[in-house]
Amino acid sequence: MSRFRTYRTEGVVVRQMPLGEADRILTLCSPDKGKVRAVAKGVRRMKSRFGGHLELLNRASVAVSMGRNLDTINEASAINTYGGIRADLRRVSRAMYIAELVDGFSMEGNGNREMYALLLRALTWLENASNLDLLLRWFEIRLLDVTGYTPELVHCVECRAWLKPGDHLFVCESGGAICPNCRAESSGALLPLPMNTMKTLRFIQRELAFDKVEALTVPEGIRKDMERLLRTYIRHIAEREVRSAEFVSLTV
Amino acid sequence: MTTDSVRAAAPVARLADEFSKLPGIGPKTAPRLAFYLVRMPEEDALALAEAIVAVKERVVLCSVCYNIAETDLCIVCANPRRDRTRICVVEDALDVIALERTNIYRGLYHVLHGVISPQNGIGPEDLHIRPLLDRLQADDIEEIILAINPNLEGDATSMYIQQLISPFGVRITSLARGLPVGGDLEYADDITLGRAIEGRQEL
Repeated sequence: MSRFRTYRTEGVVVRQMPLGEADRILTLCSPDKGKVRAVAKGVRRMKSRFGGHLELLNRASVAVSMGRNLDTINEASAINTYGGIRADLRRVSRAMYIAELVDGFSMEGNGNREMYALLLRALTWLENASNLDLLLRWFEIRLLDVTGYTPELVHCVECRAWLKPGDHLFVCESGGAICPNCRAESSGALLPLPMNTMKTLRFIQRELAFDKVEALTVPEGIRKDMERLLRTYIRHIAEREVRSAEFVSLTV
Repeated sequence: MTTDSVRAAAPVARLADEFSKLPGIGPKTAPRLAFYLVRMPEEDALALAEAIVAVKERVVLCSVCYNIAETDLCIVCANPRRDRTRICVVEDALDVIALERTNIYRGLYHVLHGVISPQNGIGPEDLHIRPLLDRLQADDIEEIILAINPNLEGDATSMYIQQLISPFGVRITSLARGLPVGGDLEYADDITLGRAIEGRQEL
């Protein structure tokens, strides 16, 4: 194996941290290599050749050389800068939320093409969507789906019985709703899952594209229920708070 | 992390550990700096030590603009010849020095001490945004210039501040975007080049 190994990939910049005088450590979500953490040297300088290409949320193709601790980005060229997001604070805060979720759910050296495709679709929708919070709920459900945490909303997560129409409860520990018979035996924390909220979640779960979801008219109560349930479930999986959520709530 | 040889000499190890807390100083550079100081003439080392102590003892944040200062007011706020109707909002005190070097801007400043970066746990409440609104309420300000670094987090901070100050009815401007002097068009990204075209000027 050669000592100086390089590879080419593409990715979306989901996180950045300043390093030293003018460098940044970037985290990219890539389709083939999963999470890529690499140093972009000199990107904070005004005359950096690829500073603008590696902005947060840019989709860029990169040439990376592997290092002992961290890889280094040698070349970068932006593929999409999602201009429609950048001029609107509400879209920016939601894009930051999406980026934080992707950063939390992706793994180094383990590519997830479905997640990458979902990220690109979500950012593209985010440029023009009118119902931004419904877009976040759609993204959360789809993200849980492509990472193996699909919430079970059709059958009881304990006894596998079909869930009859009615109000149910959601158990984060088991990743799904439970039927009234299993309720008494469940030891996990229970979240309310009213019938109409469950129906809306099931609908969103079936839709791979956002256009039909966006056409939905969702009452305020159901929106709040969905937000609370998905946020609690994601916090349970990630074992930490999604920090961008607070900024999203400040930019309504 | 220190090497065995550094650990052998406790004061040097301690110095290396202190250096390693500085930004950009890693486990290799920290002992190198510590050993350099061992060989340094005593008066130079003492001058460095005194400079560090003086920074901590004498430097405070300006009570008006949060720029670094030696007294309650920084030299910009204390200067009666500055234009008091304009405030230039910047990310940190180094940006004040950069803008002062231009010798073009004669107004006042407001230093935020960071930008909104939710992923890194920095929200609007962690920045000095509230005192800026207090200044707008108390003083006769005509223009706010948002001179925050042109990246996504900087732009988000600018937009957030703009949202808060627009009810005050002052003129809100931002620094021009475009190509740096000496830069090459072929290396420019779409956003920079796009804004340079939008902001083109009559010759």
